[in-house]
Amino acid sequence: MSEVKDTQGQLWEVFIQTKKGLPFKHAGSVHAFDKEMAIQNARDLYTRRGEGRGMWVIPANAIVAVDPSDDESFFDPSDDKVYRHPTFYELPDGIKNM
Amino acid sequence: MELLDLSRFCMRLGDSCLIMAHRQSEMCSKGPFLEEDIAQTNLGLDLLGQSEALLKYAVELEGKGRTADDLAYRRSERDFYNFMLTEQPNTDFAFAVVRQYIMALYLGKVYETLVKVDDETLSGIAEKAVKEIAYHQRHLEMWVKRLGDGTEESHERIQTAVNELWMFVGELYEEDQLDLKIQKAGYAISGDEMKVYLMEEISSFLTESTLLVPESVYMTTGSKIGIHTEYLGYILAEMQYLQRAYPDAKW
Amino acid sequence: MGAKELDVLFQERIDANEKIEPRDYMPEEYRQHLIRQMSQHAHSEVIGMQPEGNWITRAPSLRAKKILLAKVQDEAGHGLYIYSATETLGITRDELIEKLHQGKAKYASIFNYPALTWADMGAIGWLVDGAAITNQVSLQKTSYGPYSRSMVKICKEESFHQRQGYEIIAAMANGTPEQKEMAQDALNRFWWPSLMMFGPHDSDSPRTGNAMKWKIKRESNDVLRQRFIDKTVLQAELIGLTIPDEDLKWNEEKGSYDFGEIDWDEFWSVVKGGGPCNLKRLNHHIKAHKDGEWVRKAAAAYSQKHSNK
Repeated sequence: MSEVKDTQGQLWEVFIQTKKGLPFKHAGSVHAFDKEMAIQNARDLYTRRGEGRGMWVIPANAIVAVDPSDDESFFDPSDDKVYRHPTFYELPDGIKNM
Repeated sequence: MELLDLSRFCMRLGDSCLIMAHRQSEMCSKGPFLEEDIAQTNLGLDLLGQSEALLKYAVELEGKGRTADDLAYRRSERDFYNFMLTEQPNTDFAFAVVRQYIMALYLGKVYETLVKVDDETLSGIAEKAVKEIAYHQRHLEMWVKRLGDGTEESHERIQTAVNELWMFVGELYEEDQLDLKIQKAGYAISGDEMKVYLMEEISSFLTESTLLVPESVYMTTGSKIGIHTEYLGYILAEMQYLQRAYPDAKW
Repeated sequence: MGAKELDVLFQERIDANEKIEPRDYMPEEYRQHLIRQMSQHAHSEVIGMQPEGNWITRAPSLRAKKILLAKVQDEAGHGLYIYSATETLGITRDELIEKLHQGKAKYASIFNYPALTWADMGAIGWLVDGAAITNQVSLQKTSYGPYSRSMVKICKEESFHQRQGYEIIAAMANGTPEQKEMAQDALNRFWWPSLMMFGPHDSDSPRTGNAMKWKIKRESNDVLRQRFIDKTVLQAELIGLTIPDEDLKWNEEKGSYDFGEIDWDEFWSVVKGGGPCNLKRLNHHIKAHKDGEWVRKAAAAYSQKHSNK
């Protein structure tokens, strides 16, 4: 086998779900050499005080991010499309709870 | 079963956990990378917690007014009952991993039995410990595999560790009169059962990790009557120093 | 948009107390300043594991052993939170470690002092962590998002550390005459180095200007140092220990304590490598790193062999 390089492993991003039903939140990153080690390291670092019920770890280089300089064109257009908002619709009087 | 017998049983278990936790804590700030440093201290904390709970119960059963600290800090070498395996040094990462891996298998089995006993205190301790040890086993198996099937150097180092620690495994399934009483009360499985379990588990896992199971030539014995390796003296000298130097002080 | 315009917009965001996130535009000096400050902060947590780690094996009770082990573990965790935040700036863990080993990155000078007795565990928790808390609470409002978030997380966990230290030293101050002497001795040795943790007078600190402008730093060194002194003096008095400063006096007008002048020669000497433990701390870290090489390589090799699992 070719010479193995000495590194600190790869970077993995960690997402924690604190309670069932809640969304997964980004908690930070860990280093590990493979998947199994990544979940264990993430568990040891980010859930020592019982912060987690669920956890995802993802190699950092697998994440696709939106560049902030694209922000305006990427995120803004939804502002003037009112029909996604419930207040756009006129409902007959007497309809409650919709 | 006599209270003193159960007390001694808890003391044996507690002592092993204590000395193991102590060896673990020596590795603090010396890990191969920072994440593993945390993982190792995690294992140490769990074992320390188990040891404290067991030693507390041991003195309660004994009823002589001693405390868990008295057991940890005021007993001498010949009154400790930890397995000799637990006092073996952290020669390198492989030695630490193998030592802890084998003990994790043993403890897992022991706690698995204790979860079911009528004794509320002991089953409570075991219920918590069984979950902790399951994680220890997972973590240590991960390393046994990676070191065994990693590089030539790692393979050689862990094989050496397995070979040199092998003679301490026999104590884990040895039986004396006390063990037979404990087994009769349903608090432990037989020595044969433990031997079969350990040997099967270890054999298959070592093989999976491309390692060889050593041929047993000699198994050491004696910790159940306070016979130890020369390492224990040094461990206690360090661990007990402050309490011995300032016998009247409270910390 | 030109660089100058981007810089102006950046400063406007800072002035408006907006958080800067990893992929936002930032001047290169801002990025470098953060890398230096954050990596040194992380290194401090890790090096700090050494003086305390030394005493775990000699902790004088099971409870003390457990608590100290947990504290040191926390410190490793804090180091990791901050390394993680630093790596968002485009530098790798390998590079960070190399800089530490080459002496290009520093760590808090306080850890270049030796932990000589068990009482030092008390002093370190009470004073060193106390000073760190004062600093970190202020840093929660730092402008860089990941750094700020790591500070919030750390502050939540840190108060246990200070309480642990204070408990140790309080027990000794109220114990046997030998224990009391040990406690006072630890305070004598750690008081001034703890004050030095806040850094030089702002007027003598060349980087303070930018740090404040960019809201990396939210309050000055002197303000933080004064805050620490004001809350700590009472804590010492409560347990009957004397702070080793003859010039320490309550100033009614100012509503805070006047205190003696720090030995700045000692301060600069230790920062530049002339402390009692500088070599020991660094060598320890280097040795652990070298000893771990075969383990890291084994993990990497295994991963290469089994990359489909």
